[in-house]
Amino acid sequence: MSSIIGPASYKLFGIFPTAILSFVLPVIGIGLFAYIMTRRIAPLVRAAPDNRLDHIGLRIKNLVVVWLGQIRQPRYMLAGVLHIVIFAGFLILSVRSISLVVIGLSDGFVLPGLGGWLGHVYNFIKDYAATFVLIACIVAAVRRGIYKPKRYAVPEKYGKDHTAEAVFVLGIISTLMISESLFEASELAYALTVDGQSHFLAPLSLVWIFKGMLTSASPGFLQGLHIFTYFVHDLAFFFFLCFLPLGKHFHVITSIFNVFFMRVQKGNIKPVQHGINDEELDSLESFGVKRLEDFTWKHMLDFHSCADCGRCSDQCPANAVGRPLSPRFITIKARDLMFKNYPLSGEIYKSKLLVEDIFTEDEIWSCTTCGACEEECPLGIEYIDKMVDLRRGMVDEGMVPQSLQKPLKALEKRGNPYGKMEKKRAEWTEDADFKAKHSIKDLGEETADTLYFVDSITSYDDNIQEIARRTSIILEKAGVDFGILGKDEKDSGNEVLRFGEEMLYQDLKQQNTEAILASGVRNIVTADPHAYNALKNDYKGLPEVKHISQVVAQKIATGELELKTCQDPDKVYVYHDPCYLGRHNGVYEAPRQAMDAINGLTRVELEKSRDRSFCCGGGGLMLFFEPEEETRMGVLRVNMAAEAGANVIVTACPFCLVNIQDAIKVAGKEGQMEALDFTELIEQHLK
Amino acid sequence: MEILVCVKRVPDTAENEFELNGAGNDLDRDDLVYSVNEWDNYAVEEAIQMVDKMGGSVTVVTVGDDESEEILRREMAMGANNGVLLSDDAFEGSDGKGIATILKAEIEKGSYDLILTGAQADEGAGQVGGMVAAMLDYPYASLVNKIDVMDDKKIKVGREIEGGNQEMNEISLPCVLSIQTGINEPRYVGIRGIRKVSSVEIPVKSASDLGLDAASVGSAGAKTRRVDYFVPDMGEGAEMLEGSTEEIIAKLIEKLKAKGGL
Repeated sequence: MSSIIGPASYKLFGIFPTAILSFVLPVIGIGLFAYIMTRRIAPLVRAAPDNRLDHIGLRIKNLVVVWLGQIRQPRYMLAGVLHIVIFAGFLILSVRSISLVVIGLSDGFVLPGLGGWLGHVYNFIKDYAATFVLIACIVAAVRRGIYKPKRYAVPEKYGKDHTAEAVFVLGIISTLMISESLFEASELAYALTVDGQSHFLAPLSLVWIFKGMLTSASPGFLQGLHIFTYFVHDLAFFFFLCFLPLGKHFHVITSIFNVFFMRVQKGNIKPVQHGINDEELDSLESFGVKRLEDFTWKHMLDFHSCADCGRCSDQCPANAVGRPLSPRFITIKARDLMFKNYPLSGEIYKSKLLVEDIFTEDEIWSCTTCGACEEECPLGIEYIDKMVDLRRGMVDEGMVPQSLQKPLKALEKRGNPYGKMEKKRAEWTEDADFKAKHSIKDLGEETADTLYFVDSITSYDDNIQEIARRTSIILEKAGVDFGILGKDEKDSGNEVLRFGEEMLYQDLKQQNTEAILASGVRNIVTADPHAYNALKNDYKGLPEVKHISQVVAQKIATGELELKTCQDPDKVYVYHDPCYLGRHNGVYEAPRQAMDAINGLTRVELEKSRDRSFCCGGGGLMLFFEPEEETRMGVLRVNMAAEAGANVIVTACPFCLVNIQDAIKVAGKEGQMEALDFTELIEQHLK
Repeated sequence: MEILVCVKRVPDTAENEFELNGAGNDLDRDDLVYSVNEWDNYAVEEAIQMVDKMGGSVTVVTVGDDESEEILRREMAMGANNGVLLSDDAFEGSDGKGIATILKAEIEKGSYDLILTGAQADEGAGQVGGMVAAMLDYPYASLVNKIDVMDDKKIKVGREIEGGNQEMNEISLPCVLSIQTGINEPRYVGIRGIRKVSSVEIPVKSASDLGLDAASVGSAGAKTRRVDYFVPDMGEGAEMLEGSTEEIIAKLIEKLKAKGGL
């Protein structure tokens, strides 16, 4: 007896060779796919430049870890594991899918290298892959369709629910898995029934189950099923291919590129325009992103790549407090606009001002640039640079809320957002008790090994000046030879840059850089993570910058600093990671090590800690902004600390301290909770 | 519509700490930073918005020295089309009437449909707008917080009346309006905006350019003269609380409690 006839040789109704179909389907499918892709790439061609071919080593590492390794997926355990199964299944089955397309034209085709034992191993693995993908699809469909996790909900103002599309795609994937398995099972069942040949199959795999179900079927039915399922698979496969670029499943194609080109450095901000250096900025006609085409091609690729998983918005503190910002919908709205302005056929529409068309001014000002969204995105989609670029555009158009205009003007005139006199910048050293015991070098007149960069809030805010004095005492005790710039210090400009006032930031950067280099110091220390970030990541050519927590941890390790046993052993301490120390600069351990060096101190961890820390409300200019919100980020944070069982929140940032102190009052937890700066805790425990 | 906005350079109240000079007749101006008078900024924004809607041009004018040019540039960076600096040694020491005389001379050289001023200046007396209107024999509305254009002959202006009531008036053009803050949200001007207009020529006009007799303006023409400038002595019942913010708060609470306020 002959074996089953494959789609390459089969004749439908005895006359029509199905090989014609196996030829036509791929030709149409690939042709259509190529056309759609060309239209999808069209906006990227018109986009602003972006240099993404630097740090190739890091990019390859991201490809291996973030894309292939799916490292960020398990941060949401169930969804993550389901995704890893489907992703791995796709990778494994892509080889099978390519073979299947050729099998339609040439019976029994096997990809080179898969003829021998490797082929058997592959078949064994891919049968399980298909099985697990199908199971994952069913679980995912039940989860999305019935349980409907909250983070997938689409608020009314952002349009329609996306569940139908998600479930539809799970249906297509399931169809691919089932048809592929039936195609193979029908052939093997035929071989068993007609020829008595038995093949080893992966036990309990989909093919194994189907084959078992088909052993009693007639050879005619099996032949028909074999051909039918082949074309169901072929059709579903090419339909899926062309469907991908039409919505959120585009990430199946773009993710590999998006991850390769993702942000590799942390804490920095993209230049106004790639290829234009700071000195050439005046030559630019326009600043920032005003219209769709002002985004860089990578940022447009981000829009194409979003899988709509909602993790960014689930982590976003602005979204959590009801500010009019949800990072997920920044992307979705921009993608919808790209699809609308660059339709699959017909003319390309002229784009309008984004903040009048799809975004609102408040939406863009609501971001604290905490970075929680970027840390979470499994696809490496960026937000901070986009926010900054949109703000640069708004600043250039004069669209700045009145609440921010005053501090910006004060920064321009006086170098600090409060409009206080330059000569009063070192007034914190004049405190009578402090002055009696300590003297601080002014690097305008004296020299020192280390610069203590104080920055504006610590210099001028009555309440926060204490951080400056405690930092000085700690440095003195640790034997650090240090001084301050006094009136020559200007605001670091961390938020000036991030609020889009590029030229003002350039001015501040230049004045600070000149003053620091003129002082001749070899090290810089600061207790303000925002200053730390700006000096370390935004400025160029400065001596090494450290945060005070790093100095303390290091000096404890070398024995140069010794700490007493805990003065308040009954209290429960928790450390809150400031965004600009933790997420943007990876300093998670130093403050914890220093706290743990205090004997008898009880320290608990917040559930949201380290790279998942929850922003306190934002620093720098964000303190002046008056957002629309239902509650304060700080209040949510204080409640989290209370849940963790803590009654002292230790932070290492002056802005966190202000926000959390205020939040304790707003939350009505005065007397039960207190906020403490890291420097205060350490200084109290100095031996 | 051709709109002229009169602006003034003043020490910024938000970014200065004011102290008297040694002679005790003025502020110590050594360490001051200056900016555009806040009210004037609203007037310029309003003018720009009107011209955006109806066409025409906005001209900003100030009476001052060379340093006043920076505020003209700032307003031009906002969107004013032209700037004019009225500067002459003879203008120094002008009183309100003197400033109004100088402005009137410039206004008569052009053909403006609308003259705007700020309702008052940080260190001013709120008198120039009214005087200019009187000298030109133009109708005048003060403390304007709303402008609706009706046609090229008439506009409707709103004024907020003490107690929060709103009044609307018809006024014929040309006229003079003094603008109250809050009429709009002035746009932001950054360093970049100012640099863009840094090379635009700003004409400087002297007393003779304006056809003014030097004796009618400046200290020579001033009929009012500042004779003293001081921080008032603390009156009865007034007391300054001193110390850190926390100490001040503690003292305040103590006082409020003592007087039965808490």
